[in-house]
Amino acid sequence: MKDKQSKSMSINRRQVVGGIGFGAAATLVGMPYIARAQSETIRIGFPTPLTGPFGAEARDQVKSAELAIKQFNEAGGLGGRKAELLVRDDKLNAGEAATRTLELIEKDKAHAIVGALSAAVQLAVNEVTRARNMLYISISQSDTINEVKDFSRYTFHEALNPHMTTAAVAKHTFKKGAKVAHLAADYAYGHEMLRGFKRAQASIGAESVGEILHPLGVPDYSTFLPRISAMKPDILCISNFGRDQANSIKQAAEFGMKQQMKIVVPVILHNQRLAVGSEVFEGVVGGANYYWGLEETIPSARSFNDAFRATNGGAIPTDYGAYGYTGVKSLLQAITAAGGTDVDKIVAALEGLKYDVAKGPQSYRKCDHQSVQSVLVLESKKKADMKNDLDLFRVAATEQSGEAMLRTCAELGFSG
Amino acid sequence: MDLQLIGMQLLSGAVLGAVLVMTALGFTIIFGMLGVVNFAHGALFMVGAYAGVMVAMQTGSFWFALLVAPIAVGAIGLLIERFLIRPLYSRPPDDPILLTFGLGYVLVEGVRIVFGNDGIPFSTPSALVGVVNLGIGYFPIYRLFVIGVVALILVLLWLGLEKTRFGLIVRAGARDPQIMRVLGVDMRRLWFLVFGLGIGLTALGGVLAAPMRNVSPEMGSIVLAEAFVVTVIGGLGSIAGAVVAGILVGLVVSMTSLFAPEMATISMFALMALVLLIRPQGLFGRASI
Repeated sequence: MKDKQSKSMSINRRQVVGGIGFGAAATLVGMPYIARAQSETIRIGFPTPLTGPFGAEARDQVKSAELAIKQFNEAGGLGGRKAELLVRDDKLNAGEAATRTLELIEKDKAHAIVGALSAAVQLAVNEVTRARNMLYISISQSDTINEVKDFSRYTFHEALNPHMTTAAVAKHTFKKGAKVAHLAADYAYGHEMLRGFKRAQASIGAESVGEILHPLGVPDYSTFLPRISAMKPDILCISNFGRDQANSIKQAAEFGMKQQMKIVVPVILHNQRLAVGSEVFEGVVGGANYYWGLEETIPSARSFNDAFRATNGGAIPTDYGAYGYTGVKSLLQAITAAGGTDVDKIVAALEGLKYDVAKGPQSYRKCDHQSVQSVLVLESKKKADMKNDLDLFRVAATEQSGEAMLRTCAELGFSG
Repeated sequence: MDLQLIGMQLLSGAVLGAVLVMTALGFTIIFGMLGVVNFAHGALFMVGAYAGVMVAMQTGSFWFALLVAPIAVGAIGLLIERFLIRPLYSRPPDDPILLTFGLGYVLVEGVRIVFGNDGIPFSTPSALVGVVNLGIGYFPIYRLFVIGVVALILVLLWLGLEKTRFGLIVRAGARDPQIMRVLGVDMRRLWFLVFGLGIGLTALGGVLAAPMRNVSPEMGSIVLAEAFVVTVIGGLGSIAGAVVAGILVGLVVSMTSLFAPEMATISMFALMALVLLIRPQGLFGRASI
């Protein structure tokens, strides 16, 4: 295990040499961090919504991130320099997240920030880190963070983005001429997913029969459902997150809508499927960055799962949880390659990094710092098909890692 | 916009209203009789749902859970009144508010520790699964059943309050506890029982909601807000007010969902603000309270 790891690290180091040269030549600004003692602990700030409707996903993120830190420290750290994770509860509130992030930077002297689980909160964290030339690895879905107006040289987007997620899901569920209805949460996540689905739908030739935006955190969706039924869609796209996903699918199932239409979600959540049961989710299709069942085909998924099981009493990592691991792990690999915590060297290292830590090959695209990676399309299994309690999903399709799935750099507003 | 859709929308609104009446009933009874604003209401609703899930898992029967869980949680309510609320009756009204507010947090954290943060699945009882064609569209059988249960509870409450000696004492006690004491009625015993009844009804609301909503430790937080809105609109402490206000809120939310879905949640609070402006005591409230 240790042998394997050091081998993959030496490959990475060689691969990033070119990147370092390029990055160092490109900019030599924002150097205040270089003065710090090279022996101090590497501090990684981790704001995440431990309380609130995304709490289950947030806790999994922390567990996975801590695993990445533990592995780094057990392998000797950076020439003896250990890493430490500073977890803060952002309460799913943009203001709270900005304050915690500011504290992490100013008071705790964090070397980098990884985290945030909501599209809107993540943009608030990005505002704070961008203004302070602080390294930020964002691990929640967003399209705007890739675009020129929100771009920061110091921000990397480890999560999938709505464009690639919805494109992959639509490719495997929409058909030419199909009638599609949308129910989306009325905030950044819902808006971006809706935009992605509509773009995919236009290119596939499916037809939109209507869209409904619902307030965040509605406990009862029954009043939205008659209008959706009246639209008579073939496919219903439900673009919301956390408990909202569980409640809306549970009530759509209650109203018998699964017999009338196919329910599709941009991101199908492991924890919410567990929270409402197999009958409710049966047949629902959605995208994912990670599923533990990948271990059957991908070696890095197996080693990630095994390490996670060993430190968490046999539990398996979940989708959004895995972002905590891949985000922190890629950062630590870049720090190793950069040989320290100098922010510009880390940026250069991340731009050149090729990593495979949990789900197959990944790399950060140079222009927008989006992680190029595979997207899974999962279908929730019915109870009779489940081999055990954790056998939740069937991998219906995998969109392989590649730039073709992303919007072009030019479209995002980057020149050349 | 055809008539069928509007009909379905009104029906969903009325049914949502029935669910809201059920969530507000315990809150309004406790406020009306004891003058205690129970901020642990939402948490006890959630505890009711978890108790229902536990009993149903152990016995395999939803019907048994529907009966046993509210009684068990109602008994917890009796203990809360006896040991936590009662010592505060002679203190300023803020004290029970602070106490129940804190109690709510304790209950939510307690459930998180025991059952985890993720929520647990709870299926609709098999006899009530499915939808029925009402001519204007398909509607879940379970929700129609919920209307039936709420109607039954309201009839029982009405009979109990209007036709029994106990009900007479409760009504008189709500109006003037001092005179009742002078007449030799033990108000403490009365409040004890009414508090238990209110909590039991709250828990019943939780059990009924479990097949419709995600059962999780935070499911009660929105319920507290809903119960508060319904109680304020209906008039503090008025059971008839809670019924009318619950249905009204359901209809308003439903029609807003049809025409401006983004505003669905806000509409409930806008209605409350409007009622407070025009009729501050609420639709059925007495001006003196």
